Amino acid sequence: MVKQKLIVIGNGMVGHHFLEQLATRPERELFEVTIYCAEPRPAYDRVHLSEYFAGRTADDLALGRVEQYRDWGYELLLNETAVAIDREKRLVTSASGQERSYDRLVLATGSYPFVPPIPGHEHGKCFVYRTLEDLDAIRAASENARTGVVVGGGLLGLEAANALKELGLEAHVVEFARGLMSVQLDEGGSDVLRNKIESLGVAVHTGTATELIEECDGRLRMQFKGGRKLLTDLIVFSAGIRPEDRLARTAGLELGERGGIVIDEDCRTSDEDIFAIGECALYQSRVFGLVAPGYTMARNVVAQLCGESASFTGADMSTKLKLLGVQVGSIGDAHGRTDGAAAITFVDEQHGIYKRMITDAEGSKLLGAVLVGDTSDYDQLLQYHLNDIDLPEHPEQLILPAADGEPPALGAGSLPASATICSCHNVSKGQVVDAVQGGCCTLGEVKDATRASTGCGGCSALLKNIVDEELAALGMEVNNHLCPHFEFTRQELFHIVQVEEIRTFSQLLEQHGNGHGCEVCKPAVASILASLWNDHIHRRPHVGLQDTNDTFMANMQKNGSYSVVPRVPGGEITPDKLIVLGQVAKKYNLYTKITGGQRVDLFGARLEQLPDIWRELIDAGFETGHAYGKSLRTVKSCVGSTWCRFGVQDSVAMALHIENRYKGLRSPHKIKMAVSGCTRECAEAQSKDVGVIATENGWNLFVCGNGGMRPRHADLFATDLDDETLIRYIDRFLMFYVRTADKLQRTSVWMENLEGGLDYLREVVIEDKLGLGEELEAQMANVVGTYQCEWKTAINDPEMLKRFRQFVNTEEQDERIVFVEERGQPRPAREAEIVKVAEPA
Amino acid sequence: MTEVAINPTPWQPVCQRSDLVAESGVCVLAGGVSVTGPSTPRRSIALFFIPDSDPQLYAVDNWDPIAGAGVIARGLIAEVEGELTVASPLYKQHFRLRDGQCLEDPEIRLATYPAAFDGDTVVIIPMPEPT
Ligand code: SRM
Ligand SMILES: Cc1cc2nc3c(=O)[nH]c(=O)nc-3n(C[C@H](O)[C@H](O)[C@H](O)COP(=O)(O)OP(=O)(O)OC[C@H]3O[C@@H](n4cnc5c(N)ncnc54)[C@H](O)[C@@H]3O)c2cc1C
Ligand code: SF4
Ligand code: FES
Repeated sequence: MVKQKLIVIGNGMVGHHFLEQLATRPERELFEVTIYCAEPRPAYDRVHLSEYFAGRTADDLALGRVEQYRDWGYELLLNETAVAIDREKRLVTSASGQERSYDRLVLATGSYPFVPPIPGHEHGKCFVYRTLEDLDAIRAASENARTGVVVGGGLLGLEAANALKELGLEAHVVEFARGLMSVQLDEGGSDVLRNKIESLGVAVHTGTATELIEECDGRLRMQFKGGRKLLTDLIVFSAGIRPEDRLARTAGLELGERGGIVIDEDCRTSDEDIFAIGECALYQSRVFGLVAPGYTMARNVVAQLCGESASFTGADMSTKLKLLGVQVGSIGDAHGRTDGAAAITFVDEQHGIYKRMITDAEGSKLLGAVLVGDTSDYDQLLQYHLNDIDLPEHPEQLILPAADGEPPALGAGSLPASATICSCHNVSKGQVVDAVQGGCCTLGEVKDATRASTGCGGCSALLKNIVDEELAALGMEVNNHLCPHFEFTRQELFHIVQVEEIRTFSQLLEQHGNGHGCEVCKPAVASILASLWNDHIHRRPHVGLQDTNDTFMANMQKNGSYSVVPRVPGGEITPDKLIVLGQVAKKYNLYTKITGGQRVDLFGARLEQLPDIWRELIDAGFETGHAYGKSLRTVKSCVGSTWCRFGVQDSVAMALHIENRYKGLRSPHKIKMAVSGCTRECAEAQSKDVGVIATENGWNLFVCGNGGMRPRHADLFATDLDDETLIRYIDRFLMFYVRTADKLQRTSVWMENLEGGLDYLREVVIEDKLGLGEELEAQMANVVGTYQCEWKTAINDPEMLKRFRQFVNTEEQDERIVFVEERGQPRPAREAEIVKVAEPA
Repeated sequence: MTEVAINPTPWQPVCQRSDLVAESGVCVLAGGVSVTGPSTPRRSIALFFIPDSDPQLYAVDNWDPIAGAGVIARGLIAEVEGELTVASPLYKQHFRLRDGQCLEDPEIRLATYPAAFDGDTVVIIPMPEPT
């Protein structure tokens, strides 16, 4: 069989999608595929480009992979820019002279950033924002810079401004038009956006035309029409994109008046055998600067090549995004340009929220919408728009804040099967339903099967709704039950244990559960029992309930050895104690490391060594640090007023007080705290579950922050508290959390899921609206009063110590735990480094 | 003079009932050169004692092939769809106690061993049960 020669020029997001879609087809065997890729690496996720500054690597962003293309049998020419198409000879040539002939050609050359021809724009400190190399250059230039200016206040410009701000620069946005994001937003929306962005510390100059850029004392001076000037260290142009059509132009293909390769419904150019897809293509005088329409074009061409009929008839350009932390959404005809369009607008200046719906003259269909500051209604409005669903009788309720009762919710159930759920991958509700009926039982499985929600992620909430609803319809339980052994939520179980004064897991299982229990309910119930009754976790009835870390009161490491973390309250430690840590580490050959929590971790202890190590630490005055427990971890502190010239309160003393008060408190998840001596915040209190910052008059209390996977800044909860009130609030806050949170829920997620959120929490803790205040405090007093160092109790109890035997029938060591030395300390040997021990037959 | 087994038995005593922890696991080192029965390689074996199940005693390999560490004895006992399993303490895969099958990966199975009480003594045969 003679294969058809297929060349793809351009390996960006759309080119990649094309290749990937083709690879899923059996017809791929019919083609010999060659790809010209101008960039040094195959396609990557340009949509999430900015995350490159937030720590994601080129590898994380990669979409295409060299090996993958090879597996698919494609020839990938990296670093090869196609410079000529000879349509007579059907030949493509690259800059370096690589020549290939084609039967079919696909142009996916994307677009390039437009740089306005302002004199001085070619200066070395002027950048654009399109490729990884652009970002590398910006990062390098920002190192010695103070100020950065973005020219262009559209969607990308604001994203670039955010990036500059994250790089630590004072950021400015210069926009020629009257308002920001003028393509997507109407005037009102754009004003609210501007206020929000300015309040975040980005300077906005709208209605401003740049006339000249010149060098001035090693910096750049921008001169604006009307005479104003601005000094900066670097400039990023984000003044729009232009279709990359140069190759098509020299090949004599038909172009639009303002550029763009003209295509028809088949995505064919003026040459039958040449297709154009993505941002380089012009359909009905429009270029589509988003991935979703490009993906639709790509699928269209794949279908045609496989002999099917398909057509591209334009695309919806609705978008929802977060710019500098401000939510913005734009749907359909946002400007109300349709004849007879009517608008309904809601403005909340205090909170910076602007919402506007555009309806037809009768108010029965949704033509478009603009949302700034709050896009929670976006998914629902988009479905009304895309599926032409009749609006409810009072459409304004769709955007008004819920007063009494819920706004009329458009449940996922009321969407037609044809409704598009994920526009990135063109997945309809019908396909999602089919996937669930075909056996997918979790969101993850549905994502894998349909690819929905694996692009921009904007559709994830809606997808979850549909999956849940469908699972429920199939009679599968979508519930918050702890696990199959208890048909209760954690909160309900907490209540049962408390009211019925249940003391053991088996009692609870017998009276309210079934079966034997599992690795989910056992530790969760153990935690509830500990929060309420604070028995030693090793008392017989609790022994089998604990995760290994709690069982052995140490953190298991990858090779089965353990780490030891003694408590160092507030990070304050005497020289004598430091010396003991060193001596113990040396004696037992432990790897030592300063942790991120202001204490010292000793790694590599064998199970049977743990009691001896702890005996020595306890003799020197140490206590367990609960690094293994879902409980209070550390309270970080800064040196505070005792030493620091800026400190206004004794932050160390407060941190010590707090750590000693709450140590040992078992909770749904771990709890971290910090105390800073002044607003400079050296202890990073605003990233903790409980953060305390000193003021002239006392303490500011912050709650519900965390680092980790999904970092969240803590919210300011109460200000200028005296010591006693501070502790009272923390007592109540923590106990309310312990009582009502779900298993493994950090305070942030708990609070976000509490109806009424932070305000409600204030009502409960500060105003004592539920009348629970005293009870919560009493419960906390009980926990504080019954504290024991678990390790101290354990080393004095022979029965408990029996657990710390590697083998119950011999004193030998586990010979498969092997260490080697690195940088003067032990570390677990890698597999290849272990001399094979007698392997069981 | 070496003692020679009069009544050779593959069952080896490994520990006492009081060494076991109800609803949880302990580890024994078993096998080796035997004078009372066949010699077998030395193995770390995890013993689980679940008083209200039948059988009450389970013996499986202590080596977790997924994590590459000898830690199975320190896992939590978990009932999954009516079957007793142990969840590996490192990456939480479930291994069925009665036959060692990993529920997450059909390719992986821990060896299991016959185990029983002889009065208050725990005895096992340190040779893998056939699958
Ligand atoms: C040792 C340490 C890293 C270090 O070398 O510095 C560490 C090590 C571990 N962290 Fe951490 N974390 C350590 C500080 C942190 C910090 C920084 C901090 O506390 O200021 C964070 C981010 C702050 C936060 O939690 O809000 C952090 C976020 C996590 C997370 C993600 C939590 C989240 O909500 O997303 C996990 C996973 C979890 O808990 O589920 C985790 C889990 C772990 C575990 C327990 C994973 C495990 O189960 O094996 C690691 C084992 C500890 C051990 O063997 O002793 N560790 N971990 C730090 C110990 C601090 C201490 O003294 O107790
Ligand atoms: C910072 C940023 C954020 C964005 N955010 C979003 C978003 O949130 N949502 C959204 O929908 N879209 C977003 N976009 C737009 C989206 O990235 C584009 O729509 C998409 O990348 C277009 O894909 P493409 O393949 O058509 O073009 P590109 O991804 O630009 O790929 C074209 C490729 O062709 C190469 N090429 C050009 N000429 C030649 C030649 N002659 N020979 C060989 N190779 C050539 C180029 O080097 C390039 O690698 C964003 C873009 C940027 C830059
Ligand atoms: S937070 Fe304030 S008191 Fe504490 S070290 Fe920093 S500047 Fe000093
Ligand atoms: S809409 Fe982008 S991932 Fe679904």
